Formats: sequence, structure tokens, C-alpha cells
Amino acid sequence: MTRRQLLRHTAWFGSAVVLTVAGGEVVSHVADQPVPAAAADPTALRFVQVSDSHLGFTGPANTAVEESFGDAIAQINALPYEPAFVMHTGDLTHLSTAAQFDQVKQMMHGLRTGQVLTVPGEHDSVDDAGQKYRAAFGAGTRGDGWYSFDTRGVHFIALVNTLSLEKLGHLGTEQLDFVRQDVAGLSSDTPIVVFSHIPLFAMYPAWGWGTDDAVRALGYLRRFSSVTCLNGHVHQLFTKTEGNVTFHSATTTAYPLPQPGRAPAPTPVTLPAGKLRDALGIREVSYRAGTRALAIKDRTLT
Amino acid sequence: MRNLRLALPVAGSALLVVVAACGATGTAAAPDGPAPATQAQTHAMPTQSAAGQGSPTQDGSPAQKGGQTDSVAIRNFAFAPAMVTVPVGTTITWTNDDQDAHTVSATGGAFKSAALNNGDTFRFTFSKPGRYDYLCSIHPFMTATVVVTP
Repeated sequence: MTRRQLLRHTAWFGSAVVLTVAGGEVVSHVADQPVPAAAADPTALRFVQVSDSHLGFTGPANTAVEESFGDAIAQINALPYEPAFVMHTGDLTHLSTAAQFDQVKQMMHGLRTGQVLTVPGEHDSVDDAGQKYRAAFGAGTRGDGWYSFDTRGVHFIALVNTLSLEKLGHLGTEQLDFVRQDVAGLSSDTPIVVFSHIPLFAMYPAWGWGTDDAVRALGYLRRFSSVTCLNGHVHQLFTKTEGNVTFHSATTTAYPLPQPGRAPAPTPVTLPAGKLRDALGIREVSYRAGTRALAIKDRTLT
Repeated sequence: MRNLRLALPVAGSALLVVVAACGATGTAAAPDGPAPATQAQTHAMPTQSAAGQGSPTQDGSPAQKGGQTDSVAIRNFAFAPAMVTVPVGTTITWTNDDQDAHTVSATGGAFKSAALNNGDTFRFTFSKPGRYDYLCSIHPFMTATVVVTP
């Protein structure tokens, strides 16, 4: 996505987010907050988000998704620091087959990072409500695969919103109760980061790009001064701020999807030769203690 | 947990349409549990290493005796036609023409395909009259209906 497209995209949704681009790198931050200089701070928390790798996809939009994901892994491993963790926000596989789960798990074993974390996409739970996903990645999780953890003063919550046969993503009562209890004892100045596959904001409900009961989860997070929601699913960069919450949709390592409403359906987009890598990428996230916002750097696949 | 969704105000709105539609018809509702019917599935691309341009193929098995075979295309994230009315005994064949994968999953559980890649087909023979609402379980905003007349 070009800077012009990003700006147009942002203008269309009217969010108050500043985007700066330099050398294939997009840095977005909320307009009234400076970008934390975490890169220069060795004590800063740094992690990486990747998303929507769709191992097993064979269409013309990307005839080599495994190679693209391998390149994304190499790009992460070439970073000048070792990320505290790498979070894959779902659609690891295209069809939830055992072979695809084996392959994606093996590939991610090659990541140079403290920990590999995941949340499922709807392609990871095609016909079994996520059983094969949880067999591969569900160790230590609760319920249908959700969990939370703390690192360097930041509280992380990883949610599952792809398991129900609803038009939109869905969390469900049990998971909402988990969120409520999970944050109950936290101080309101604890920075919160929420991972999910489908956006927790209404990005484009006609294509299923939203979560029907997310407002209840976000209600439990309203008292926190900083909430950052990082999602995948939409295969394109997008940022939006609502009150205390900033949402960042990540791009994909597999193939782009149309901008909301710019096509009859969210069908994979086949780009002209040589343009695909510009639509794919990885996301670096950093946080420095004492600052309010996280710094997000989206980098195209090199 | 998933059954509680009806109680949620936003989630319920989409589902209530389906429920109301089921209840509104005078004919029998779609049968619960395993249906006394046949279903079959064919894969145009049996291996993942195949090129991404598989052409739709039928499995060649004859349609149910006395029935008629109808076709539903899955194209641009929609079932076309979205509403099909057929006499009992009809076999319907769904073919996925999209690059992305889809499923054909009855809301009431009467039939359920595996994930259909581009060119894959799914066949189901309707041996009981009624209204069958179905969707793609990967993209649940894709909904459609088969009405089977006695």
C-alpha cells in the first residue's frame, strides 16, 4: 500500500492518526502523542506481529505463500534485536489441514525470538471449531484458546473471535467473563495490548470485518489509559482511534484483499508482477516504560 | 457457550432472521441430526502442490434415481443462485469458482462440506422436504437457502 493509499484510506474513516513513511516503513501514531523513542532504549519492550500466512493457498494472488512466509521469518530474524515474542494473529493455515499446521509450526520454530504466540483465524478452524489449531498451538491457553500474560509492565490479552457461525467475529459470554476477570486487579495505568484475528472495531461489517460483541470487551477496558488492539484478517494496514483505544490492522504475508467496499467481495487481489511484496509485510511494535503509546512500524516484505 | 449467542442483542439480530424464516414456513423444518440423504465431495486439486488453476470436475457418479440435479456456483463470495427450490430427491452440486476456500454448511446440521478449494465440488441429495438455510463457515456472511418441495 502506498502512502497516498494509506492516507486516503485513513481519511475515508476519519481517524486521527498520523502516518509517516520512510524507506518502505510506515510509522503510525496517534496525532497528539509523540512516537516513543523505544528503538534507542535497550530496556524497551519490542515484539513483532505477523498475520494471515494462509499456508496451503494456491491461487494466482500468490502462488508461493510458503516462500513469502519464509521471507517474513528471515526478515524478523535479521532485525538488529531479538523480539521478546513474535505474535501471529491468525490464518496461519488456509484449510486447517494437519499437514498445514505441521508446516507452519515447523517454519515458526525457525524464528529467533523469546516466544512464538498465536491466535486462530477462521481458516485455522474451518471444520472442527479449532480442535486441530489447539492441538498445535493451544498449550497453556484457556477456554477455546484465549490467554493473557504480562511482560515489562504491559498486560497482553490474546482473544479468539473466529469460532462461531455468525456474520461477524464473536467472543462469547465465557470469553467476555475471562476478559472482565483478567483485568479486574490491574491498575488503570497498566498499558493493555489486545490481540485478535478479526478486528474488534467495525472496519467493514458487510464483509464480516468486525466483532459483534467486542463493545462489551472494550467496555471492560475503558478505565485503562492506554489500550492497543492489534488484529489481522483484513490483509491491509489500517489504523483507527476510538477514545482510549487505538486499533491497528496488520497486513498479510500471503496476498492482499481489496479496500473496504472497493470490490464486490473480499476476494484475493492479484497484483501486477513485482508488486506483491509491497503489499506484504511484518510489524514491529515497541514500548518504553513511562510512555503512553506503543510505537508501531509496519515494514514491507524485503 | 455458543448456544447463548441468541441472547446477545447484536449477535442475535442476524441469527433471528434465519430462525424467523425457518419458523415462518408452513412446510417441515430441516431435519435435525444425520439426514437420510447422501453427500459427496470431489477435489479438483488433490494435492497442495498442484497449480492454482484447477478446473471444475464432476465425480461422475449418477444422480439419485428419479431426482434432478441442480447446480449452485460459489463465486465472488456468494452462492449463486442464493435461493433454489427443487423437488424432493434432487441432488444439488456446489462448485467453488473462487480463489479462496469456502464451505457449504447447513445451519441446522443436515449437510456440511469440507473446505472446498478452487474447482472443488460438493454434492448433496435432498430426500426430505423442507427449508435448508446454509452458509460458508469460513465466511459466515455468505448465506443462501434450498427449499425442497414434496
